Amino acid sequence: MSQYSIQNTKDSKLKTEEMVLNMGPQHPSTHGVLRLELKLDGEIILDVVPHIGYLHRCFEKHAEAMTYPQVIPYTDRMDYLASMYNEFGYALAMERLMKIEVPERVEYIRVIMGEFQRIASHLVALGTYGADIGAFTPFLFCFRDRERILHLFEITCGARLLYNYIWIGGVSHDLHPDFIRLAKEFIKDFRPNLKELNELLSYNRIFIERTANVGVLPVDTAINYGVSGPNLRASGMKWDLRRDDPYSVYHKFDYEIPIGSGEKGKTGDCWDRYFIRVREMEESLKIIEQALDTIPEGDVTSAIPKRVKPPEGQIYTRVENPRGELGYFIISDGSLNPARVKVRAPSFVTMQVFPELCKGFMVADVVAILGSIDIVLGEIDR
Amino acid sequence: MMYDWLNNLTGSPILAMFIVSLLPLFVFILPFALFAVLMERKVSAHMQDRLGPMRTGYHGILQTIADIIKLLQKEDLVPTATDKTLFNFAPLLVFIGSYAAFAAIPFSGFFIGSKIDLGIIFIVGVTGLVVAGILMAGWASNNKYSLLGAMRSAAQIISYEIPTLLIILTIIMITGTLSLYDLSEMQTPYFWNWMILGGPAVGLQKILLIPLMIMGCLIIYTSTLAEVNRTPFDIPEAESELVSGYHTEYSGMKFAMFFLAEYANMFAVSAIVAVLFFGGYQSPFGYLGNLLGLKWLIPIEQFSWFTAKGLFFVFVQMWLRWTLPRFRVDQLMAFCWKYLIPFSFVILLLVGLITLI
Repeated sequence: MSQYSIQNTKDSKLKTEEMVLNMGPQHPSTHGVLRLELKLDGEIILDVVPHIGYLHRCFEKHAEAMTYPQVIPYTDRMDYLASMYNEFGYALAMERLMKIEVPERVEYIRVIMGEFQRIASHLVALGTYGADIGAFTPFLFCFRDRERILHLFEITCGARLLYNYIWIGGVSHDLHPDFIRLAKEFIKDFRPNLKELNELLSYNRIFIERTANVGVLPVDTAINYGVSGPNLRASGMKWDLRRDDPYSVYHKFDYEIPIGSGEKGKTGDCWDRYFIRVREMEESLKIIEQALDTIPEGDVTSAIPKRVKPPEGQIYTRVENPRGELGYFIISDGSLNPARVKVRAPSFVTMQVFPELCKGFMVADVVAILGSIDIVLGEIDR
Repeated sequence: MMYDWLNNLTGSPILAMFIVSLLPLFVFILPFALFAVLMERKVSAHMQDRLGPMRTGYHGILQTIADIIKLLQKEDLVPTATDKTLFNFAPLLVFIGSYAAFAAIPFSGFFIGSKIDLGIIFIVGVTGLVVAGILMAGWASNNKYSLLGAMRSAAQIISYEIPTLLIILTIIMITGTLSLYDLSEMQTPYFWNWMILGGPAVGLQKILLIPLMIMGCLIIYTSTLAEVNRTPFDIPEAESELVSGYHTEYSGMKFAMFFLAEYANMFAVSAIVAVLFFGGYQSPFGYLGNLLGLKWLIPIEQFSWFTAKGLFFVFVQMWLRWTLPRFRVDQLMAFCWKYLIPFSFVILLLVGLITLI
């Protein structure tokens, strides 16, 4: 369990005390308003108790008072770094419930937007991770690139963070005439930037020292806790819903699913979890390129129902959001409002394994581990 | 030297002493701190694809002055649960420690606050006061983050003083002097007489010394980085873990004292590296003053050379800070005790043998 010997202080005659340190909710590296109660022996972690709920906005209860399309802006506000994908999952669930056939162009647009969103979200994860470890420059480099993706979103739907773009049965606007050109330019510029990020941070000796062999998540523990997404893949399990539970048009594209290999330490350590995201961005670029080349013409709003009134029933739909398996469980009683919308939030599930990862490491490692599992508090608290 | 001149000029030893002791503060440390803060912001900004402060004055040159004015206006806040005496005394001690070091730094052959024979030992000694100040600040703040930061800082500074001193010792073995003035005078007239290129030694000795001196220079630069808590060794104030470390609870002018001390320290250690290895205030190519026969030009040239060398090393510190991530506390200690100290001992031993040739 432990990398460090706690034995020394226990054996000696010196009287020592455990210290309880409250980290957060106002702390630079808890990525929002998470409070961690750390029990310390010197600098070594004996126990971590995460306290959540500082950002609770009653999404699920709110949803019951809204009509189905009105829920979409609320899904944006859960994982605010991956709003497109939240809408994508919700729209997909509703379409399956109502058995709506979506035009092919819409599916392509959704995939393009979803993958761009994945890159944007991973860029934030990697940038802030660098800042957590103490390198501030990669943070700004990542945000510089993310800015261009946000610009692409902005010319498409007018919003930069909370889009309300993917609707039940379609999308709100067609692509901007410049979109494909700008997207291709971005991909062309982004590949060298990714290489630069690797040189600056990923293969930096100090960075590897700080992250390799830290917070190792064995694959069986990951499965037991229900961890999904990049964190599960970093532990060495090839599990990606885009491939294993196909939705939309993902089956038409050629891409790989990177898994952690323990290149710098043990499989499933912080470095693996970090690097899996870098590699996923490359795969997303491949998907976007193929989609941009083969996108069909068509109308994007034709399948949007005038009145969303699904038949009585229930559905569970899951999509591969940048943080893992995002599931929507929707119960319809045949009225205009959903009877229940339950969200399976990947960050919420991942957060449960966090105390397990931290035990026996140091205070500085808590920050490294927390950054590597890439949580978004808006999604945990909903 | 400066003191004698002023003593003759004013005829009063007290006045001369007063001027000499305050001169570095007003002529150098304060303007330098103003400049260095702006430099840090600009350097970091341009490394990160930004512009940095642009609004106050031309390209933001007045930004630090605006910051200082803001800090002066702030309420002097002392949290209730602190140990008031220690809390108030700590920033002073830290500042005194780094300010006193400037007394022995030779800015030029003419402008040395105090030309004592034990210059280098004095600097190492007084900068040791900083540790006490940091510990006091961390303890008195009654804040767990501050305490952790202070403990880390004390352990770090004390450990990294060992390689620094070992390298200084090798230099002393070669030159046989502890005075920074004499040391600078030895590394003259041209750059191949700098210590990094073997110093005043000649022939085989010089060739053997060069690789050792380069290694020694790298070691001392690394360990001084750790002593002034700069990245990659900035764990005492590791922002992402400990908020601000030992000065978390400080605000207003007391915070500014820590800040000023940090930048003064940055220059002080750069100056030490410059004096020990890069000829101090000596010009690498001879003096314009000698060429033109204008004797009064030489001190000015020397001062410029010294500042330029110091600023270069300060720039390298900034460069490293905005490039590298941060070590963890145990890795930091391991790096010092497992690598720097053994290497320093080897250098010390080899240089000792070489000087016997």
